[in-house]
Amino acid sequence: MVSDGSKLGFYLLLAPILLWLAVLIILPHIGLFVVSISERVGPREYEYGIGNYVTFFEEPLYWRTFARTAIMSIAATALTLILGFPIAYYIAKLTRGRTKTTLFLMCMIPFWVSELVRTFGWMILLRETGVISNALQYLGLVDGPVEMLYNDAAIMVGLVYTSILFMVVPLVTTLDSLDDSLIEAGYDLGGTGAAILREIVIPHAMPGIVSGCIVVFMLSLGNYLTPILLGGKDSLWFTGMIYTQFITRFNWELGSALGFLLLLLSSAVVFLGLKLSRQSLAETMGRA
Amino acid sequence: MTTHTPDLSCVDLVKDFDSFRAVDHVSFEVPQGSFFSILGPSGCGKTTLLRMIAGFQSPTSGDLRIKGRSMIGVPPNKRPVSMVFQHLALFPTMNIGDNVGFGLRQRGVAKPEITRRVEDILARVGLPGVAQRRVDQLSGGQKQRVAIARCMVLEPDVLLLDEPLGALDLKLREHMKIELKALQAEFNTTFVYITHDQSEALVMSDNIAVMNHGRFEQVGPPQEVYHDPQTAFVAGFVGEANKIAATVAAVNGPNLTLRTEAGTELKATAPASGLQSGQRAQVFLRPEAIGLSMTPGDAGEDNVSQGTVTAVLFNGANSSVTVEDASGHALSVALPQTGGFADLRRGSTVYTRWHPDKARLYAAEG
Repeated sequence: MVSDGSKLGFYLLLAPILLWLAVLIILPHIGLFVVSISERVGPREYEYGIGNYVTFFEEPLYWRTFARTAIMSIAATALTLILGFPIAYYIAKLTRGRTKTTLFLMCMIPFWVSELVRTFGWMILLRETGVISNALQYLGLVDGPVEMLYNDAAIMVGLVYTSILFMVVPLVTTLDSLDDSLIEAGYDLGGTGAAILREIVIPHAMPGIVSGCIVVFMLSLGNYLTPILLGGKDSLWFTGMIYTQFITRFNWELGSALGFLLLLLSSAVVFLGLKLSRQSLAETMGRA
Repeated sequence: MTTHTPDLSCVDLVKDFDSFRAVDHVSFEVPQGSFFSILGPSGCGKTTLLRMIAGFQSPTSGDLRIKGRSMIGVPPNKRPVSMVFQHLALFPTMNIGDNVGFGLRQRGVAKPEITRRVEDILARVGLPGVAQRRVDQLSGGQKQRVAIARCMVLEPDVLLLDEPLGALDLKLREHMKIELKALQAEFNTTFVYITHDQSEALVMSDNIAVMNHGRFEQVGPPQEVYHDPQTAFVAGFVGEANKIAATVAAVNGPNLTLRTEAGTELKATAPASGLQSGQRAQVFLRPEAIGLSMTPGDAGEDNVSQGTVTAVLFNGANSSVTVEDASGHALSVALPQTGGFADLRRGSTVYTRWHPDKARLYAAEG
């Protein structure tokens, strides 16, 4: 009776997550896949086929945007890691007690504001009549107004800014668990700062680096607001393209196919990243 | 031999922190190939001193020389010293071979050479063929030896050890004491060992420095520190001791007569105590310096008193009894295990006696 009762409890506790997985993740994706392999042959007439996927590969705009989105997301992830690592190291290793908490909190505070508002903040700074442009003119460094919005650099700035917290938090956690005496032992045995970073700090922080990178990459790849607002019309992002298919063109079939390709892309990149860094997903998520 | 520069010498070393002085004008020399221990209670500044030698902290003033070369301003990775950390600090992300080879890699030694020397040093510490294992596959004692090998492979002038036995269980700690001493003899490297455990210091060291409040109270061989403590702190910290407060009643050359607060008269021989009649003093007596008997013995013998056993603390060879005299003063007395006192029980009446030159006298503070 006892084991039956505890079994029931186990399944009851498991039920919400199973439901969530089934109803909100698996079912929609099956639906998405079914729609994506449907081809419209006439009004309300559909046939199964891979036409939508063929369209993607035949139309350069689609797969170029696809590749561009992937490359820029990877670049944004790398940039976030390069910027986030020193911040996390400083917070985790070089500060104590109150200062640590305060700094950590200061990293979080911007995230209490919605992403939309934060992105508008960047627009105020970067646009032609914005703060930076005016300041440069006032200082006499430029003659006329400068437009810094609507290019890839602006998107990059926005992506890094939106996701840096998700890099810093896992990094701080893993670096915090690195015993200071290991770093001291490294110095004591004749290691230089660079050697210690390479041989001791980074191997220890690897689970944090990988989980941070996965989250940041996913966020960048699936970001919709930042590329649209900061990149303008010329800077295409794959999510924007999916949106267009669904909402503007009412082409749900192609939209589904594109959505499915995005899922495959992100899975492939994460898989490659884990293989390259010799980490397993279970280990990464377990430790970070 | 006398012309040799000592491996390590500290001259008037001072380290101030914001509100207190952790190391206070410490000077000492450690000759080549000796085992030097710094013994003191926690918070006495011994760790700060060790970290200054390693280079993790810089002294406020004074000089620190290794093989005659001043180390002031030399970063830890450029000093010819290595340190075995309290929790060993083996790199968990590397296997044993990579751990031991870390220092050699930093020096740019060729790969086959590193492999050879790592195997060689692991064999010398008694762990051949473990290079491919992970750190967590070794036992506590094996990790200890790996940590020493990792330092010794660099052939440092001085090896620093920061209470590395603290985390081990008692049995292993006893074993490692002997092993550490043997390793030191084998490598013939200067070891500087810090500990709060007097037994570790006494067993392993050639010389012991007893440290308190940032100062060295006494430096000397273990026998000297144990049998001839220079200060009350050393007498109380190293080994067991009975502490008796008394007032000097009469001074007759090296022979002193003292009177305890309860009125008991004590005779002590202390040629250089510098105590004057009427001064308050502390008398220290080792438990093993006190003799025990069931009969009063000859009349006229010094320092004989009758007492009652209040506790028998059986601990094998280290057994002791607590004897309380008529005035209520308790003495801890080592219990000889030769059989004569096997039936001693609580409440038994015994006689304690000690020779006047076994006592150590110090002027009472304040």
